[in-house]
Amino acid sequence: MSAKKNININLKIWRQKNASAKGKMETYKLDNVSTDSSFLEMLDQLNEQLINNQQEPVSFDHDCREGICGMCSLFINGRAHGPDTGTTTCQLHMRKFKDGETIFIEPWRSKAFPVVKDLMVDRSAFDRIQQAGGFVSVNTSGRTIDANATPINKQDADKAFMAAACIGCGACVASCKNGSAMLFVGAKVSQYALLPQGKVEATERVLNMVRQMDEEGFGNCTNTGACEVECPKGISLENIARMNREYLKASVL
Amino acid sequence: MALDSKIPQGHISEKWTNHKNNLKLVAPNNRPKIDVIVVGTGLAGASAAASFGEMGYNVKAFCFQDSPRRAHSIAAQGGINAAKNYQNDGDSTYRLFYDTIKGGDYRAREANVHRLAEVSSNIIDQCVAQGVPFARDYGGLLDNRSFGGTQVQRTFYAAGQTGQQLLLGAYSALSRQIGLGNVKMYNRHEMLDIVKVDGKARGIIARNLITGELERHSAHAVIIASGGYGNVYFLSTNAMGSNVTASWKVHKKGAHFANPCFVQIHPTCIPVHGTNQAKLTLMSESLRNSGRIWVPAKKEDAEAIRAGKLKPTQIEESDRDYFLERKYPAFGNLVPRDVASRAAKDVCDAGHGIESNDTNEGVYLDFASEIITKGKQAAFMQGDHNPSDATIQELGRKWVESKYGNLFTMYEKITDENPYETPMKIYPAVHYTMGGVWVDYNLMSSIPGCFVAGEANFSDHGANRLGASALMQGLADGYFVLPYTVSNYLADEIRTGKITTDTPEFMEAENAVRQSIEQLINNNGTKSVDYFHKKLGLIMWNKVGMARNEKGLTEAIEEIRQLREDFYADVRVPGAANELNQELEKALRVADFIELGQLMAKDALVREESCGGHFREEYQDAEGETLRDDEKFGYVAAWEYNGSDASKSVLHKEELKYEFIKIAARNYK
Repeated sequence: MSAKKNININLKIWRQKNASAKGKMETYKLDNVSTDSSFLEMLDQLNEQLINNQQEPVSFDHDCREGICGMCSLFINGRAHGPDTGTTTCQLHMRKFKDGETIFIEPWRSKAFPVVKDLMVDRSAFDRIQQAGGFVSVNTSGRTIDANATPINKQDADKAFMAAACIGCGACVASCKNGSAMLFVGAKVSQYALLPQGKVEATERVLNMVRQMDEEGFGNCTNTGACEVECPKGISLENIARMNREYLKASVL
Repeated sequence: MALDSKIPQGHISEKWTNHKNNLKLVAPNNRPKIDVIVVGTGLAGASAAASFGEMGYNVKAFCFQDSPRRAHSIAAQGGINAAKNYQNDGDSTYRLFYDTIKGGDYRAREANVHRLAEVSSNIIDQCVAQGVPFARDYGGLLDNRSFGGTQVQRTFYAAGQTGQQLLLGAYSALSRQIGLGNVKMYNRHEMLDIVKVDGKARGIIARNLITGELERHSAHAVIIASGGYGNVYFLSTNAMGSNVTASWKVHKKGAHFANPCFVQIHPTCIPVHGTNQAKLTLMSESLRNSGRIWVPAKKEDAEAIRAGKLKPTQIEESDRDYFLERKYPAFGNLVPRDVASRAAKDVCDAGHGIESNDTNEGVYLDFASEIITKGKQAAFMQGDHNPSDATIQELGRKWVESKYGNLFTMYEKITDENPYETPMKIYPAVHYTMGGVWVDYNLMSSIPGCFVAGEANFSDHGANRLGASALMQGLADGYFVLPYTVSNYLADEIRTGKITTDTPEFMEAENAVRQSIEQLINNNGTKSVDYFHKKLGLIMWNKVGMARNEKGLTEAIEEIRQLREDFYADVRVPGAANELNQELEKALRVADFIELGQLMAKDALVREESCGGHFREEYQDAEGETLRDDEKFGYVAAWEYNGSDASKSVLHKEELKYEFIKIAARNYK
């Protein structure tokens, strides 16, 4: 276990009153931050200090704080979800930072994710892509076939699960120099493409989801791979390749 | 007003089928004329909204998060129960029903629980059809594991992310309906009141969290699926935004609130690290399939560990107290949550805790023996019948990683310790609330037209919920119960027509909300919302927590009354009402938590018995186990609102009749 200690840090944080206002970086000093605190607990501490000094607290998105809801974001020192790999901002701990360090905190930067306020962005484009085809068209009657009636090869099931582990946080888009959402869309397309239940609508799904993705203003993939590196859930680039194959198949047929 | 639970006549196994056959229907051509509001998009809310959208109703769904996919059902880890008996170990609908009633310490409603067990199988079929990637074995069939309080393997799972996969399944069904235009989704909106017209639920007042605007939304029925109230303790495994406001507003407008003191304290969470901590993290109960819970048998060893002079791996087998295996040999580490939590508290109170925090509270969850067992098995399967220790460790760790990898990684991120090398440190934390808005068999509250589903209602888990049953209940309510029962209610609404929001009732409700917001914004106090929330949390944890007594509860009621006064006198909410204002959002929620906290203490004080998660120190047997008093307290306590001082609330009792299960002392020994 790391030795219990507190550090003092400097923060440079993006402040922006609302979507239409002009934003800028502000500087704050924060002392006595426990290295056992999570990054967001550090921001809670900053906000407590700001409120006590009659200043406006910093707005940021967060909810479950256990790395699964995908609501937290933040560009920290130029990296999505900060310096640690395979983790969301809420699971990043202050022991990864040094005493006296200056930490830069910005919102996701992408045309398709406009800033709502301070560090919060609007990721509803992801919802709309899902609405365009990210589902199996089966009604919720419960009157389907028995769950074990169709065995599924364990390898495919595991791969589908690994693709489905995407939390929709948008780190892939934020990390991509083109602002591409192909890792996110590829993961969803792959999950269904790998399962027999998803195969029936495979053609419509991939065409519709890609169309919506393009309409939302996401950029194209140029195989840089930054998305895979920064993805907190380790979603593989393979999923983009699979989506491209599915797309080609759907376009040709 | 007398409580009518509307339990159908007939044998328990026929009640739901007969009831469904007798419920009224709404013809497809009438459904588009009817509006349904769903508040919350977790498993219950998303599945309900998707189902009503499919049926052809006009649905409006609300969530405070930036997307419906973020609802806290997503964080459920271990699994979902269903009486499929795929493992051929003697499971059945009856046994799931029985385990759930017994697990709830005989304080749940029989008919509701049986219905839950009946539809459990359909849930798995439905989810697989939607493309939920459950864990499978090499034969391609679904895998199962065990959870606490059962002796069968009926839990379906997707690694340690079952809630995520199920919620994304329900979210995909919801997304489909949004795409088709059947559901209108309101992200970043929070319900701040329910509107009643002529006694019926007719709509809600919601705040657009981006603009701060108050909006009126009307409907022929309102479904509340906004989750539980564990955040009343400030520190819990709930999401930061999880709150009681929707349920509490409904309660204030006439819905009874049932068994508020029934709170589940989950045994396996990462212990508290410091005063700036904002939330606690669960380590799934599924880990108790493989991990053994222990503390040092000698107090001096525990002291040495806390001082950093001794490592857990240095403690000899004979100097370890595997206290659950010792006390409960039949169920061992897989006793129900309330039993495991209390046992951990007892050994820590006795000075055997191992965590070096303010309270020394922590016990070990150790995977060393499972790594060896599974490593040997794996080596045998590869034909190596005399494996070296290194091989055993390597293969064993691989097996553990395949089952619980994400949980182990999460543990390491948070604590900076490697649980493959050294046992996890765990301690109980507030996790789930069995209490909630009182509903009848149709899941309708005491306000006509206002239905309550999932964790927000009280109906299925009695005084203690079994693991992997919350996901089951959320989806059962949303997919398979509400579509029938709400339609039955709506059958009388086909002539009502569009409900206008331009009425005194809507105006009044909106004005009241506006006033409460302005009061908070203009308060100009000196202390943050969190300051009060933390104070409330401490009172609740210390006096309405794992062990309760008359003195503490009486004090808690007074202390919370005082806290409420202080809150309104001195809270500071910066910023304005007409903008995105996260402090204001918190303040509105904490105001409701304070009132609820007082009611929880009152409910716990009145219930002079111990059952499930409610442990009154005065009522225990010689071995320290819960002592129920079925004669006096075999009822659901349904509280009627009577002003903001919740200790003045009026108690109504719904007697619990057990016609099909023989009520007995709960025994896991």
